[in-house]
Amino acid sequence: MAVETMSGHIAPAGVVEGLPGVVTDFSSDKQAFPVHWGKAMMWIFLLSDTFIFSCFLTSYMHVRMSTTVPWPNPSEVFALSLGGQPIPLILIAIMTFILISSSGTMAMAVNYGYRRNRARTTALMLITAGFGATFVGMQAFEWTKLILEEGIRPWGNPLGAAQFGASFFMITGFHGLHVSAGVIYLVVVALRVWRGDYERAGNYEVVEIAGLYWHFVDLVWVFIFAFFYLW
Amino acid sequence: MSTHADTAHAGTTQHPISVYLWIWLLLFVLSAFSYMVDYFHVQGLLRWSLILVFMFLKAGLIVSIFMHMKWERLALKLAILVPPLCLLVLIGLMAIEGDYTFLTRTATFTP
Repeated sequence: MAVETMSGHIAPAGVVEGLPGVVTDFSSDKQAFPVHWGKAMMWIFLLSDTFIFSCFLTSYMHVRMSTTVPWPNPSEVFALSLGGQPIPLILIAIMTFILISSSGTMAMAVNYGYRRNRARTTALMLITAGFGATFVGMQAFEWTKLILEEGIRPWGNPLGAAQFGASFFMITGFHGLHVSAGVIYLVVVALRVWRGDYERAGNYEVVEIAGLYWHFVDLVWVFIFAFFYLW
Repeated sequence: MSTHADTAHAGTTQHPISVYLWIWLLLFVLSAFSYMVDYFHVQGLLRWSLILVFMFLKAGLIVSIFMHMKWERLALKLAILVPPLCLLVLIGLMAIEGDYTFLTRTATFTP
């Protein structure tokens, strides 16, 4: 019995045995997603990351629902005094706008990449990384304020439910780690764009793949902002 | 490889920059709205529904436009967007469990 593969060769069925056979069986000579493999893999990685962050947010929901002690009011915990008057949640609002701006510049960097505009792609990616670094800096400021001034610890705090600190440090810490890794990732790709690597290879999809990661970091922040800070 | 990728992306890459600027502005406005919910102390069911509406609008804009999901083929859209739906089961189960733990704690440990 003979099987005709997509490339037109006639191959007898069942000749490949063992582990290589497993590979041929699973690949079966066709491609499910007509995109760059890196892009498909990045999407699958982001899918797995979605599950990780969702587990954090779900566990936060669980501890917040099950505690009998009042939950500290995030609107007051994250207020900052500007000009002698406390403004609720202002630092978080600024951080949100910074991260959204970085997503905007990243989307434009991807667009200029496909237009083969090396200088603008590099510049916009570095601006994006700059916004990201600013975000992490402000988060460091926020953490410092919470730990030193408010006395919030992962195991307890003077404001209310002990689970507040654990949820806060876990969720924003993991997100901040993603932003920090993203900044490094973006700078590396930006320098390679500037060096002309993708000009020679003839495609700028690497920039779009880096962009996917960055937009995802922004996306996660949308959920953290809604559920942790506003709820 | 590059020619294949280029043709596969012909539809997704040729957008004017203005598209992104508009979405950026829209995200700014939506974020400002969600901040206003807190600033003006909207409470109760209205607060939660407003937060969720703005959140899902922002998430939708980011995924569909910024991440180009709108211009991908249906196979990829389904492969990425359907699996997270099973999280609803987890959230539902944990909500029931959280409620139960709360009731047990109030019944047993109330000072």
